[in-house]
Amino acid sequence: MPIIISLKRIFNTGWKSFSQNIGLSVATVFVLVLIISLASSLFIIKDATQFVISDLQEKVDVSVYFKEDCPEENILVIKEKVEAISEVKRVEYVSREEALESFQQRHQDDEVLMSSLDELGTNPFLASLNIKSWQASQYASVVNFLENNGFEGQIAKIDYFQKKPVIEKIFSISSQINITGLILGLIFSIIALLIVFNHVRLAILNSKEEIEIQRLVGASNWFIRGPFIVQGIIAGIFAVFISVLIFGLGIFFLSPKIGEIVPGFILFEYFASNFFMILLIQLLVGIGLGVISSSIAIRKYLKV
Amino acid sequence: MIKFQNVSKIYNSDICALDNISLEIKEKEFVSIVGRCGAGKTTLLKLLLAEEKPNSGQVFFQDNDVQKIKSRHLPELRRRVGVIFQDYKLLSSRNVYENVAYVMEVMGASNEEIKRDVPQVLEIVGLTEKRENFPVQLSGGEKQRVAIARALIHRPQLIIADEPTGNLDPYHTQDIIKLLEKINELGTTVILATHYKEIVNGLKKRVVTLEQGRIIRDEEKGRFIL
Repeated sequence: MPIIISLKRIFNTGWKSFSQNIGLSVATVFVLVLIISLASSLFIIKDATQFVISDLQEKVDVSVYFKEDCPEENILVIKEKVEAISEVKRVEYVSREEALESFQQRHQDDEVLMSSLDELGTNPFLASLNIKSWQASQYASVVNFLENNGFEGQIAKIDYFQKKPVIEKIFSISSQINITGLILGLIFSIIALLIVFNHVRLAILNSKEEIEIQRLVGASNWFIRGPFIVQGIIAGIFAVFISVLIFGLGIFFLSPKIGEIVPGFILFEYFASNFFMILLIQLLVGIGLGVISSSIAIRKYLKV
Repeated sequence: MIKFQNVSKIYNSDICALDNISLEIKEKEFVSIVGRCGAGKTTLLKLLLAEEKPNSGQVFFQDNDVQKIKSRHLPELRRRVGVIFQDYKLLSSRNVYENVAYVMEVMGASNEEIKRDVPQVLEIVGLTEKRENFPVQLSGGEKQRVAIARALIHRPQLIIADEPTGNLDPYHTQDIIKLLEKINELGTTVILATHYKEIVNGLKKRVVTLEQGRIIRDEEKGRFIL
């Protein structure tokens, strides 16, 4: 098995020079830990905001109130048409009586309200359609549909405009988080690439003479290059190990606090159930950065 | 086995190291290449290993034009040759044993083979006691012997020895030359570059004399005449 023997030797040599240049190796691992942590945080933050957004979206809807004289059949026709719009998730019809009933139920202990309702003598509530769309950004087009299809005469008001700022806020926060995360991730990845690149570059320059000798005694390109790539991989693996530890501990202690900020989002549980996904991301980032940057350094500085 | 065909090598556009050299070396030959320092001996050997490229002419090793071998196939050429370098070229981060074992590792030898062969070769060159020492802890002569052990370890078809006795005392010099003769008798081609008269005269083998980059003499059972 010459290939296995060679791989083993390449790995051993890589490990040897990794442990011999311990100062440089620690610095490289440290930077990789930063990057891996950032990547994992982005992943978790992305899911946490997704959780918050979908939670909020679940609460946000648009209500369309119909004029008092608008017959129920017309409303049901509009309901059908609205349901046919692809952006719409669900439409709920609330008749005038149902609206009154639910109001009474909600405020049955409030005597002032109840007595003023009695004094009024008539049902002051309007029939309405509660419309829920798949995404916050889709409400505008639903409202647009209602306003421009000859229904305006029957509609008393659409309370989208009261909820609009909230909807837009959610929308912009989520896209801002994504963009910021992406930019940060990109910047940090470039820094990590440069640092690992520099590590391998120094290692190559340090052993310039050795490489020359290895060439002369007939070492193949990969026998010489391999150990440098291995150094990148080892740095990546160590960094993943440390990051997992830091993350595990950090999340264990932070979880209750995060639970207060994002109710219902139990960070530790989330971490535990997504552990392998997070680990995979960390391994990909750590080892990927290690391999890519050492390969670039080899291409540039190790002419075999 | 080896053929230099009208080979010229010029450094920095005006220093002519080799001037239109043609030379053939057959299998199992023992050839001494002699000449003063700077006569072109080392350049000749570097061309053979494809460490340098000639400005004109061709160099053949076992019918392959050395300069046409793709860089990824060069290791295969070099593994067929054992080289004893003038400046030893030992791996400073490895000890004596590891330096010699490295060549076998490169060739993909098994750990058992390495454990069997390396001690034998170290014994031949008299370095068994120093197997754990690193190059910086060795004298010039000891480093030279490590270089020799490394050149022998994989039983190459050709051994190139560039001033292999330059740092040895007369006693060890004789040992090394006897060793090279013995290897040659067993069927390995040996090219010895040296400027030591006594060694060459004692060998009574083919001598190629270089002067200012040209072959001025090529004799079977030659002598060192300059």
